Amino acid sequence: MTATVERPEHDAPSGGKVPLVELKHVGKSYGNIAALQDICLRVHAGEVTGILGDNGAGKSTLIKIISGLHQQTEGELLVDGEPTRFASPAEALEKGIATVYQNLAVVPLMPVWRNFFLGQELRKKSFPFSLDANGMRATTLTELAKMGIDLPDVDVPIGSLSGGQRQCVAIARAVFFGARVLILDEPTAALGVKQSGVVLKYVTAAKEAGFGVVFITHNPHHAHMVGDHFVLLNRGKQKLDCTYDDITLEHLTQEMAGGDELEALSHELRGNK
Amino acid sequence: MSTDAAVGLGEHKVVHDERVKERNRLQRLLIRPEMGALVGAVAIFILFSIIAGPFFEAASISTILYGSSTIGIMACAVAVLMIGGEFDLSSGVAVTFSSLAASMLAYNLHLNLWIGAALALVLALSVGFLNGYLVVKTKIPSFLITLGSLFMLSGINLAVTKLISGAVATKSVSDMAGWDSGQAVFASSFHVGSFDIRITVVWWLAFTLVATYVLFKTRIGNWIFAVGGDQDSARAVGVPVTKVKIGLFMFVGFAAWFVGMHLLFSFNTVQSGQGLGNEFLYIIAAVVGGCLLTGGYGTAVGAAIGAFIYGMTEKGIVYAGWNPDWFKFFLGAMLLFAVLANNAFRNYAAKR
Repeated sequence: MTATVERPEHDAPSGGKVPLVELKHVGKSYGNIAALQDICLRVHAGEVTGILGDNGAGKSTLIKIISGLHQQTEGELLVDGEPTRFASPAEALEKGIATVYQNLAVVPLMPVWRNFFLGQELRKKSFPFSLDANGMRATTLTELAKMGIDLPDVDVPIGSLSGGQRQCVAIARAVFFGARVLILDEPTAALGVKQSGVVLKYVTAAKEAGFGVVFITHNPHHAHMVGDHFVLLNRGKQKLDCTYDDITLEHLTQEMAGGDELEALSHELRGNK
Repeated sequence: MSTDAAVGLGEHKVVHDERVKERNRLQRLLIRPEMGALVGAVAIFILFSIIAGPFFEAASISTILYGSSTIGIMACAVAVLMIGGEFDLSSGVAVTFSSLAASMLAYNLHLNLWIGAALALVLALSVGFLNGYLVVKTKIPSFLITLGSLFMLSGINLAVTKLISGAVATKSVSDMAGWDSGQAVFASSFHVGSFDIRITVVWWLAFTLVATYVLFKTRIGNWIFAVGGDQDSARAVGVPVTKVKIGLFMFVGFAAWFVGMHLLFSFNTVQSGQGLGNEFLYIIAAVVGGCLLTGGYGTAVGAAIGAFIYGMTEKGIVYAGWNPDWFKFFLGAMLLFAVLANNAFRNYAAKR
């Protein structure tokens, strides 16, 4: 681990400053299927970019491009203003772009602290270079406390934590290991109201700390609560691109639910009564 | 690797969940995977000490330890592999395969036995590598892959032995170079008080200690638990899943070679048909010792206790004067009981 977490230089939601990640007219085709077309997107430090879309709208494809799992077939991906192509998720990670997937990439039976450091374990400085278990325990405790999670015991299997806590551990891990841009793939999809609240609070906290957050969701309420900037995808195309001030929750929900299509459907179903 | 300056989240209130109580020490001890096996081992020891007269004598205990050790060395490797989420059904015949290979290579090529042993080690590791490689690359369950290698190896054992020595057993190698030193390493014994300790018992403890250290104190150990617990997650955070799994199969190959060398230097001639079925004993010892069949959970110490339970029961039945034909029935019943008890133990302790 050479990367250290440092507060990104521009804290305020920035106009005119170089975005951490920018997509210019990005498209992706799988064979003859165009999964994404002409997507323009900017992720600034200290901002939450909400990406909304129904199933099949292209959200996953978009994340996969930003996180380095896939490459775009059209357009440009810019990191810190420089055109970049990621060959693997590891390269994206090196640039500070970390993705927290829906399955969180945790091993349920393993203790919280072992999960936190999995793949990047700390070792003692002297022979026989065994694991620095106490150091890792302590770090895990402090890192989790920073995000407002108080675990009495980081030795419990991570599978015994609540969904929201697990989600936060996964985010804390990404932050600790050098992320500047956090891509959260439907972090509240499987959570209850209270648990979602915990995660949303942390998303705000991360934003205030200067991280660029990409928040993927199909819940417009959650997106509107934390987002500064919204991008709505529909069938692989960008339908909406606006800031928090430009849109109301009602409008966002309406757009998300399908807008005119929904009205037409409502008319069709209820119209004759 | 510090984030203190970076994440100014300190001002956010720490949420304490009042529903979560801290576990006390006793409870933490109780939910250790090998706890159930330890209780079982003590119970079986007390039982046989009472009902089987000669059980508690030094000579009997030496014999029990010896019987446990040859199972225990393999059970250790099989347990570590099981923690890594895989199976090796070919481990029983792999033992015989190694000793046959060492014996026949040395005998027919007129080599020092140590060179024969080294060649056999290469073969044993290759078998492990091949098992692991096929499992990882084809993504076919290791149960099927190693079931295939089980039958292939046992066929090779019989056919090649007959082809080369013209009999079902290998020729005597006790007059060949390297015999004495080989016997000292793999099949000697020494006295501690009135106990006659076979050297395999020492090796058994060494295997268990090293495996325990690796599992809990090294990053490789962390990776073993991770690939067994959730292989996709492990891969996503950068654990070299393929290397870990292949390495584990090769470790089983190494242990099989080790026990194979013990057989060779202790019995001189090797029967080509033996070993079949022993793979189940190793798996039983590991599972009785608290390893989960699904991977990601268990200890090497547990496997050692499981092997000891096996050794005690095997000999205890004889010392108690029961018909030893019943041994397998007890073994099966014990496995069932151990699995149920381990489950109940874990659930009970986790709920408290």
